[in-house]
Amino acid sequence: MKARLISWIVAAVLLAALPPLLLALGQPFYLDLVRRIMILAIAAISLNLILGYGGMVSFGHAAYIGVGAYAVGILGFYGFFNGWLHILVAMAASALVALAIGAVSIRTSGIYFIMITLAFTQMLYYLGISVAEFGGDDGMRLKQRSQLGIVDLNDPVQFYYLALVLMLLSVFLIHKLINSRFGMALRACRSNEARSRAIGFSPYPYRLAAFVIAGALCGLAGALYGNHINYITPSLMTWEQSGDLMFMVILGGMATTAGPVLGAFALLIVEEVLKGWTEHWQVLMGPLLILSVLFFRRGLAGIFYKPDA
Amino acid sequence: MTFSLVFEQLLNGLQFGVTLFLMAAGLTLVLGIMNVVNLAHGSLYMVGAYLALAAAQWTGSYLLGAALGLFGTLVVGMGVEVVVLRTLYDRDHLDQVLATFGLILFFNELIAIVWGRASLFASPPSWLSGHIDLFTGSRYPAYRAAIILVGLVTALILWYVVTRTRLGMLIRAGASNRTMVAALGVNIRLLYTVVFGFGAALAGLAGLMAGPIYNVQPGMGELVLIQVFVVVVIGGIGSIRGALVGAIIVGIVDTLGRAFLKPLMATIISAPAAESAGPALASMLIYLLMAVVLAIRPQGLFPARG
Amino acid sequence: MLEVHALTKSFGALRATDGVTLKVEEGETHAIIGPNGAGKTTLIGQLAGMLLPDGGSIRFAGEDITRLPAPRRARKGLARSFQITSIYRDFSALQNVALAVQAASGRTGFWRPAFDDESLIAPAKKILAEVGLEKRMHAVAANLSHGEQRQLEVAMALATRPRLLLLDEPMAGMGAEESQRMIGFLAGLKQRHTMILVEHDMDAVFRLADRISVLVYGRVIATDTPERIKQNEEVRRAYLGEDA
Repeated sequence: MKARLISWIVAAVLLAALPPLLLALGQPFYLDLVRRIMILAIAAISLNLILGYGGMVSFGHAAYIGVGAYAVGILGFYGFFNGWLHILVAMAASALVALAIGAVSIRTSGIYFIMITLAFTQMLYYLGISVAEFGGDDGMRLKQRSQLGIVDLNDPVQFYYLALVLMLLSVFLIHKLINSRFGMALRACRSNEARSRAIGFSPYPYRLAAFVIAGALCGLAGALYGNHINYITPSLMTWEQSGDLMFMVILGGMATTAGPVLGAFALLIVEEVLKGWTEHWQVLMGPLLILSVLFFRRGLAGIFYKPDA
Repeated sequence: MTFSLVFEQLLNGLQFGVTLFLMAAGLTLVLGIMNVVNLAHGSLYMVGAYLALAAAQWTGSYLLGAALGLFGTLVVGMGVEVVVLRTLYDRDHLDQVLATFGLILFFNELIAIVWGRASLFASPPSWLSGHIDLFTGSRYPAYRAAIILVGLVTALILWYVVTRTRLGMLIRAGASNRTMVAALGVNIRLLYTVVFGFGAALAGLAGLMAGPIYNVQPGMGELVLIQVFVVVVIGGIGSIRGALVGAIIVGIVDTLGRAFLKPLMATIISAPAAESAGPALASMLIYLLMAVVLAIRPQGLFPARG
Repeated sequence: MLEVHALTKSFGALRATDGVTLKVEEGETHAIIGPNGAGKTTLIGQLAGMLLPDGGSIRFAGEDITRLPAPRRARKGLARSFQITSIYRDFSALQNVALAVQAASGRTGFWRPAFDDESLIAPAKKILAEVGLEKRMHAVAANLSHGEQRQLEVAMALATRPRLLLLDEPMAGMGAEESQRMIGFLAGLKQRHTMILVEHDMDAVFRLADRISVLVYGRVIATDTPERIKQNEEVRRAYLGEDA
């Protein structure tokens, strides 16, 4: 327990020390990369709640990145730039979408669940493509980044620290959640559904609540991501993006606190390295991912400690 | 909106439907028998299109190209089964989704390396480039009519193989009771490889026929794959009949939606509103259909009962 | 306490439960016995709410629960154990029981750690001590011995503070010595709980049961005290006859 806390503090300090270091070295690109990783890590953390702890294989988590980003873009389009409003709307809209998707999907299981979550996200993707007001297929540039007052998102370093703080906060929130009564019941329903029903847990409301919480948190990541790329586009909601998020969780270690963060760093850094080698990096990435699924089942976090069950 | 126009769109829907069926048949068998979610099924569709195109250019004959493309996809499919899929039979769906996701990245990029990222132009053979006369008085492209014909004949052959032959009996038995078939002394590994190979060949057939109609480009398989999953889920996993019915429903609903939803809506709401809402709704239609079907029948229209 | 009336359930052509009527009185231990395939597991499944009957009714504490989902029945005080051990294998024994306490409490929370919650941990420890697992409470359930897992199974049912315990072959797969201990434990439990006991172990049944219902081909052919069941001609022919 203590060792884990210390490693989190060390990691936080290292990440906090990165911007001055990178700027001194004249490498602002890497600042941008790490910021992107941390934002997507928030999305992966939220996915881990339902995928890792809830046992729900959602193949459509990118939907909430899209909803969060579009909330920022659309509010800005109509002249609302208050960042707190952006975040509030992004999270609320994502929670609502998650409620609708979850309410239908969680009644199914297995392959059906995977496919129906994928299908709903495809629907949103096509919705984004066909609404010409917000740029349709091409997407749309943000008029301005969200205005938060205390943090200036146009300053790469300030934005970096905001992403860092929010990522650590997400880790902490999910950690509290999965050890609470709610989290224990959610994990129990994944571990043994028949037993859970027999002692009086109805899995459905727990799963739906987790689905909505994960959606809202991912909506936050989406709002940040929209600001990060300063753009909204339907391609935020592609099924490849959903797959990437799943890989972050798996690569890092399902149902572990640190897993999604480690996974986000590992996946995106490997991606950057391969991109540096060849334009055709995916031809290497594909087999690497297959090998990781086949032989690296416990994930990076598994190297350090056992999953939380 | 004349009758002949609607009829023509119905035929287009049927043509899209049989293409979907050719892919769904392999996918649903692999899901039903081996219990494997294979996202890379769309890659085999793409491989079929590219191989046939390349072989046709090389041999100068469309039919020879198609035959080589089919055979090539069969071999690639069996190879994929032996190298990757086989290790996934005992894994959960999550692992299968992720590993076959990796396969997609690999295949898309491999094709891009060999043929480039730009879409290639595939043309129908000269003897199918004309039109046929419909009884409604309008004319319909002969190539699309040929796809419908090939698709329906393939469905008939599949039905015969699955219900009337020993291989089909094993396939059906394997879908309901894997261990029992193994206990009968059947080489289940070989059976799986063969089934997977033929599923791949069907996807390849769909791909090579679709080539002259849609774009031949890397990633072409994924666009159709997700629609095929909708077909399989609507039809019921593991059911060939469900795949056929589901494919034709999805093909027709999607095609008619894209053709007529906008003008239909314009009669109810304002034209500019229909202008943007029509296409949006049309592209979401089959997913809505799937949600409705699953809400009413969670196991699809034709749940496979072994 | 529990009234089952004309319950039927078919699987295709097989009538697994064929008009079962039985009554369990407050405080009694009611055993259900029958040869393999008599429909005991199907009956328990319907009582616990895992299966929905085709016809008939189930009343529990004066309330019709025929169509009530399993979790709602559990919260009304109907607890079950499983024939095939069903526990949270990746949680500790203490967590297993604490979860059952939590489920029965009906209260949830999103912040306070459940493992610090004395209102869950204290009752869980007490029940583990009752079943004799207090020394193993921090062991991961998957690492418990078979006998210990069976004890945990019963402990989880008890932790929901049930008004009626449905025990589905609690002795399944136990060695002779473990069985004797479990019988002793159940004999103590019997003083405080109303129980339905499905069991193959005739020694256990005759030592524990106040009344016995004999199930054959989905029908109850007799319900009576253990002594009178032993003498019942029809029962001997249909069932005990195989052993006699």
